[in-house]
Amino acid sequence: MKKLTKLLSRTLIIAAGFSALNATADVLQDITDRKLIRIAVPQDFPPFGSIGTDLKPQGIDIDMANYIAKEMGVEVEIVPVTSANRIPYLQTKKVDLVISSLGKNPEREKAIDFSTPYAPFFLGVFGSNDVSINKIQDLAGKTVGVTRGSVEDLELEKHAPKSVNVRRFEDNNTTLTAYLSGQVNLIATGNLVATEIANRQPQRAPESKFMLKDSPCYVGMAKGEVALQAKVNELIKKALANGELNNISMKWLKAPLPTGFGA
Amino acid sequence: MLYFSDLLQYSDVFFSGLMTTVELTVLTTILGVALGTACATTRQYGNKASQRAVTVYVELIRNTPFIVQLFFIFFGLPALGMRLSPWEASMIALTINLGAYSTEIIRAGLGSISKGQIEAAKVLGLTFRQTLTRVIFVPAFEKIYPALTSQCIIVMLGSAVISQISVEDLTYAANLVQSRNFRAFESYLVTALLYLGLSILLRFAFNTLGKHLFTYRATR
Repeated sequence: MKKLTKLLSRTLIIAAGFSALNATADVLQDITDRKLIRIAVPQDFPPFGSIGTDLKPQGIDIDMANYIAKEMGVEVEIVPVTSANRIPYLQTKKVDLVISSLGKNPEREKAIDFSTPYAPFFLGVFGSNDVSINKIQDLAGKTVGVTRGSVEDLELEKHAPKSVNVRRFEDNNTTLTAYLSGQVNLIATGNLVATEIANRQPQRAPESKFMLKDSPCYVGMAKGEVALQAKVNELIKKALANGELNNISMKWLKAPLPTGFGA
Repeated sequence: MLYFSDLLQYSDVFFSGLMTTVELTVLTTILGVALGTACATTRQYGNKASQRAVTVYVELIRNTPFIVQLFFIFFGLPALGMRLSPWEASMIALTINLGAYSTEIIRAGLGSISKGQIEAAKVLGLTFRQTLTRVIFVPAFEKIYPALTSQCIIVMLGSAVISQISVEDLTYAANLVQSRNFRAFESYLVTALLYLGLSILLRFAFNTLGKHLFTYRATR
């Protein structure tokens, strides 16, 4: 029994020591010391992160990870994660940053810290370039296609003027087809779906008219890493200023960053 | 627990959906049976070329799914520059569909009229048109009337898929309500009962019409 108590107290002391060490650790310093940054990216969510034909991860998040590593002057270790385990990877310090199409919400903000946004992710109204509208009131009297029961359907119902003619389709593909066949010239959907249309039919690439609901992607990092957060924010600001972020958006989303992005 | 009261605030959605379904059913029944009658007559008494054209139409429609026909008209035809509203596309698709099936049903009725009757009409100096309207059609329709009634009801029930191209019919109403309050059991049960009611009404209407159309035996 005595032995056991001793063992237990030693374990506790060691554990306490570790947590004390962790609390004072500076991840940014660690990264600089080991000349390596470990970044969690998605592998199943194109165009943010997927496995390319060369079996290497590719996408917005991978480009972003490489950019940050390059700017910091360190090597990068790409760690593929799923959307369910990306935050635990961060909390258990298996990675230094999560660049994994991560959106911000109050629950997550309790667990981790966020940078400024680096990539657009939003629900909006998209349409062919001959329809000139730029706010939700302009929809009055127009016809908009939307997938029934989706978040964008509910947003339209809540905010759009009464005179808008909402055509609700069964699923995303039918909504897409309605747009592609010209049955509707405006659709409410996510910017990723709009990118998908641009990929499939470049001549009818929809342009973003206005946002219904904005939920951009942020870089996630462990709570309280002030130095790291400042560094990442600085790099994002720089990339926004020199057009790097816009290039990434053009490359993967086939659309420029929305006006006022990151402001 | 069931929450039918949650559907009450959507009663106008159900009502307008019901009206769209009724409207489309009445229109397509009239147009479809007319089309079927014309095609059946052509196939039975027309020349070789027109007979073949009707056969192609009937077999093309009877051997492809309705939803594919509908999608072709709504999503496919715009590629040829023909853009129809969801309502128009559904009307045309339903009419064409009912037309093909009723062609076969009505043709069976025409085929059941014995040659002797037609020859007798000819001998009595009736023109072909008079023979058709006074000698052939009434007994022919009387024979196939129950089958034709069923086909019209099948088309009415089959019209549920037009909600896929955003026509705001009864099924659209059910789907919309279900996507808003997630009361799937209640919405679809109410919708099923409404369709049942419509079917019974349609059958009743056909029976009443039949009593007026086929009175020749009683008055003879």
